Order: sequence, then C-alpha cells, then structure tokens
Amino acid sequence: MKVKLSKGERVFETFNIILLVFLCLIMIYPITFVIGRSFMEETYLSMHPLAIIPQKFSLEGYAFVFNKDSYILNSYVVTIGRTIIGTLASLFFTAMLAYTLSKKNYPGRSVMTLIIVFTMWFSGGLIPYFLLIRSLGLINKFAVYIIPNLISAWNLILLRNFFMSIPIELEESAKIDGANDLGIFFKIYLPLSSAALATIGLFYAVDNWNAWFDSLMFVNNRKLWTLQLMLQQIISSTNVNSLVSPSAVLQQQIPMEIVKYACIVVATVPILCVYPFLQKYFVKGIMVGSLKG
Amino acid sequence: MNNSVGSTMRNKIIIEKKKKNNTMKFIAWFYKYRYLNLLALPGIVYFFIFKYLPMYGIIIAFKDYQGVGGVTGFFSAPNVGLLHFRNFFSSYYFWRLLWNTLILSFYKLTIGFVCPIILALLINELRNVAFKRMVQTITYMPYFLSWVVTAGLIMVLLSPSGGPVNTLLGLISHIKPIYFITDSHYFRSILVSSDIWKNVGWGSIIYLAAIAGVSVELYEAATMDGATKMQKIWYITLPAIKEIVAIMFILAIGQILNQNFDQIFNLYSPAVYSVSDVFDTYVYRAGITNGQFSYTTAVGLFKSVIALILVIVSNSVAKKFDTEGLW
Repeated sequence: MKVKLSKGERVFETFNIILLVFLCLIMIYPITFVIGRSFMEETYLSMHPLAIIPQKFSLEGYAFVFNKDSYILNSYVVTIGRTIIGTLASLFFTAMLAYTLSKKNYPGRSVMTLIIVFTMWFSGGLIPYFLLIRSLGLINKFAVYIIPNLISAWNLILLRNFFMSIPIELEESAKIDGANDLGIFFKIYLPLSSAALATIGLFYAVDNWNAWFDSLMFVNNRKLWTLQLMLQQIISSTNVNSLVSPSAVLQQQIPMEIVKYACIVVATVPILCVYPFLQKYFVKGIMVGSLKG
Repeated sequence: MNNSVGSTMRNKIIIEKKKKNNTMKFIAWFYKYRYLNLLALPGIVYFFIFKYLPMYGIIIAFKDYQGVGGVTGFFSAPNVGLLHFRNFFSSYYFWRLLWNTLILSFYKLTIGFVCPIILALLINELRNVAFKRMVQTITYMPYFLSWVVTAGLIMVLLSPSGGPVNTLLGLISHIKPIYFITDSHYFRSILVSSDIWKNVGWGSIIYLAAIAGVSVELYEAATMDGATKMQKIWYITLPAIKEIVAIMFILAIGQILNQNFDQIFNLYSPAVYSVSDVFDTYVYRAGITNGQFSYTTAVGLFKSVIALILVIVSNSVAKKFDTEGLW
C-alpha cells in the first residue's frame, strides 16, 4: 500500500535518510579506514594519509601477525581458546544456576537471587580482588581467564527470566513421566532455550574476546597474553618491535604501522561477522534490568 | 535459685533440640531439592569465592597492609583506623578525581543521554524495512568493539603524524598538527564523543522497543486530523516513551560515580591526568602499579559505598515511575 505523503513529510523523510546515511558513514569510517590501509604497503601508506583503498594489494602486515615466530599469533590462539572454553563453561554454569533460581517452588530462591543481585551493585574493589586472585595462585595461569569470569550476574538474571517464561505444564508432564530436575533441565529447558543461550553466548563470547585487563593484571608471561592486551601494548608502547616477536631477525623488518592495522583488523572482524545474526534478540538482553525478585 | 537453674537447663535442652531440629530440617530440605541444589551449588560457590571473599578483603582499608603474608597478612597488619580515608580526603587527588568524575558524568547525562533517544526517533520514521535494519546493524557495531580497539582507532584518526583528521585540517587551514590525544583542552571532548559514538546505537534499542509498542491507530487518527510529522512525534511518540526515558535517566543518575575505566585507561596519558583521572584509574595506578594496597582499597571503598547508595536510591525511584511494569 502506497501512502501519499505531504510535501513537508517528503522533505522530512529525505532529510532523515540523508542524516542517517551520514551517521552510518561516521560509524563505519574508522574501521573501514583501518581495514583498507591494513592491506597497503608501508611506503604507500605514509605517502597517502587519506587513502582507504590500497593501490597495490599487500599482505605484509598479516604476514607478520600470522608469523609463527610472532607473539601476536600466539596471543590470537590464547584469545580464541579463551573465548571458546570461557563461553562454553560460562553458559553451562550460568544455565545450571539460572534453572534453580527460576523454580518458583524452590525455597531459598529469593535469598539466593538477592545475594547475586547485590554483587551487581557492590564489590570489594580492585585491590582485594587482585589480592584474592594472587592468593588463589591463579597468577600466570590460563585458568585466570576462565574461572574468575565464570558467571555474570547480569546474564544469569537474563537467563533466569527466560526460563521462567517456559510454560510450567511441560515440566509437570515430564515429572508425571518420572523425570527429575536434572532430566528436565537437560532434556526440556536447554533445548527450548537455544535462542536465549545463543544471545547470552554472544555476550559471553564478546566479553572474553575483548578482555585485556585481567591479562594485564594477572599475567606477566607474554606467551599467555590475550590479543587485546597485545594490541594495547602495541598501540601504547614506543618500542614495540621486541613486543611482537622474540626473534631478532624478525624484529628488524617489522612494518609497525601496518602490523598495528592488521592487528586491529584480526582483533575485530570475527565479532563483526557474528553479531548481526543475533540482532533480533538484543532487545530482550537490554530489557533485563528487571530486578523482579 | 534451684528453680532458675532448672529453667536454664530446660532452655538449653530446648535450644539443643531446636538446633538438632534445624539440622534435620536442613538435611530434609537439601534432600528434597537435591537436584536443584546440585545444579545451583557450583554457581553459588563461585559467587561466594569471587564476589564475597573480596568484600572481606575490605578490612585492609582500615589496616596498614604491605602486601606480604597473603591472606593471613590481612589479620596481622596493624590497625590504623580511618587514617587512609583522612589522607585521601585531605590530598589534592580527592577533589580532582571527584570533579573529573562529576563533569564527565554531567556530559554523559546530558548529551550522551539525549542522543540515543533522537536516534531511536529517527530510525523509527524510516519506512523502508531493509534500510532500517541496515541502519540499526551499523549503529550497533561500535558497541561490540573493545575499548582497546576503539582507542586504537581514535589514535590512528587523530594522530598528529599523518592521521586523517590532522591531514584534512592541514589541507584546509595550514595549521600545525594538533596533538589531540595529549591536549587537556580536547581530551574530555574526545572521551564524551567516543562514548557516544560507541554506545548511541546500542542505547537506542530500548527506546525503539518502547516506540514499537505504540498503537498504529493513534498515528492513523492523527494523520486523519491533519497532524504533521513533528506533531505526531511530539504528541504521540514522546509521551508514549516518557516513562522509559524517566526510568533510564534515573538509573543513569545512579551510575554517575562509575566512569568507564576501560575507556579512560586506554586513552589517557600523564599529560591529561588533570582532566581525566577518575577513582578507578587512580586506584589502579596507586594500588597495582605503586603497591599502596591499603590506601587504594580505602579509596575504592569510599567510591563503592557512595555508588551503592546512589544505585539503591535511583533503583527504588525508578520502580515508582514504572507504571507499566518494565522493571
């Protein structure tokens, strides 16, 4: 159905579209700029400060990022490992606790919920947390990326709310058939929640992928750094060659500007390929400020 | 006398019976809900160790803990009472951190708060579904970048040696390159605008959801009455979302002490500490880098307690505004 628009409305609409196209350009310009320039040669790069499209396609920067002697490749592997293991572990333990907290007939549910929600508002602070991790012996261990971040209270409440929306009749009929809560959790709730699990999985995956601070605080061993921390050091340090590779031969010939760009690209692109597919679930994720008891 | 001894004895027996009873009750409860308890156990243990044990570590804010002796060192460290708090309040850092925090929050509460609402209104007016989805996808994108990457992008764009912004400025006016990122005149603007750039799309989601709930008939009726686009936005859309706007604003006020550590840490440098240093960044530098554990725990505790009060007050006020039961 075509709606006839008045002149004023057409002006508004044109103006609106132009404005939003302009906004989109602002949103994608920085990353496009870096992606385009990551494929340039170092000499061309410095001579054409505004160019986005490379004149000659070059993989120089990526060759260094993915060189087997480079710490960057190593940190990439750490980040991928952390994202996969961390996301799966977090999803599993979050779902387990969320299931119990979603049971209205479970005594202790409201106390537990309060205990968890309180941690969203108050924490012991950075220093006690640091001292705890240190005394648990997690310094310089891969486990420091997984265990301390196992459950996010936010995601937990989100999943609990989703579980509470699953009709109770499903559970009741399963109980009549002799299923216990473990069976109901694994055979009914988990399969029914794939959309919610995918959304929360994305949130966990993004958190893991983008994490750098725990790596900075708790890990001195450069071989265990995450990609984001590697990138942070490359961006903020002046003498970066030794950061990138232990091999002196390799250090000599690193085109730092391009390596930096290539590094930003590999640290960004995987997420940008995933999030659009889960876009329709974001609304639920935002609405969960819900502190219903 | 005898009588009273007898009654104490009886009381003791009753108390012990009650204790026994409670233990039995607990065991019965635990057994009855054994599967649910089993599912909850790892998560509860996790929250206890990683969220509540650090709260216990707060005691070092009242002691002089030098970082030796692990957790037992917490106890053996000498008590100093409120010394660290007094030192902090009388140092010039206190006012600097508070002022930086409040002024950055003020910008985020005004400009940063209005932008997502305007964006949601504009996106809502788009009639081409594919274009609308594309605008949404693109504006959500920066939310998924880490602050490390975002800071990297900002430094590339604003670089004084061959960054595109300075190159363009040079082409237009032949001025010398500006060191934006280390200039205290520009730094807060960079913080505020990059925050908006990163979060405006994501922030618009909740308003778009609220607008989507407005009945189409209202707009149709208004069109029949000859209302213009602006009138429809002003008299239909905005009133429909005013509750959620109020709620979001109150919740944002609850967050004014919580500045974005990731953002500031990745962008700032000693040259701009005076305009950008906030509680969390100061705690990191003085605590982790310089090892003043007790003092910075006190600083962190001061901030956390005020922030907790703000959050609790703002949440309870927000609930009052929530006539539709969103919260």
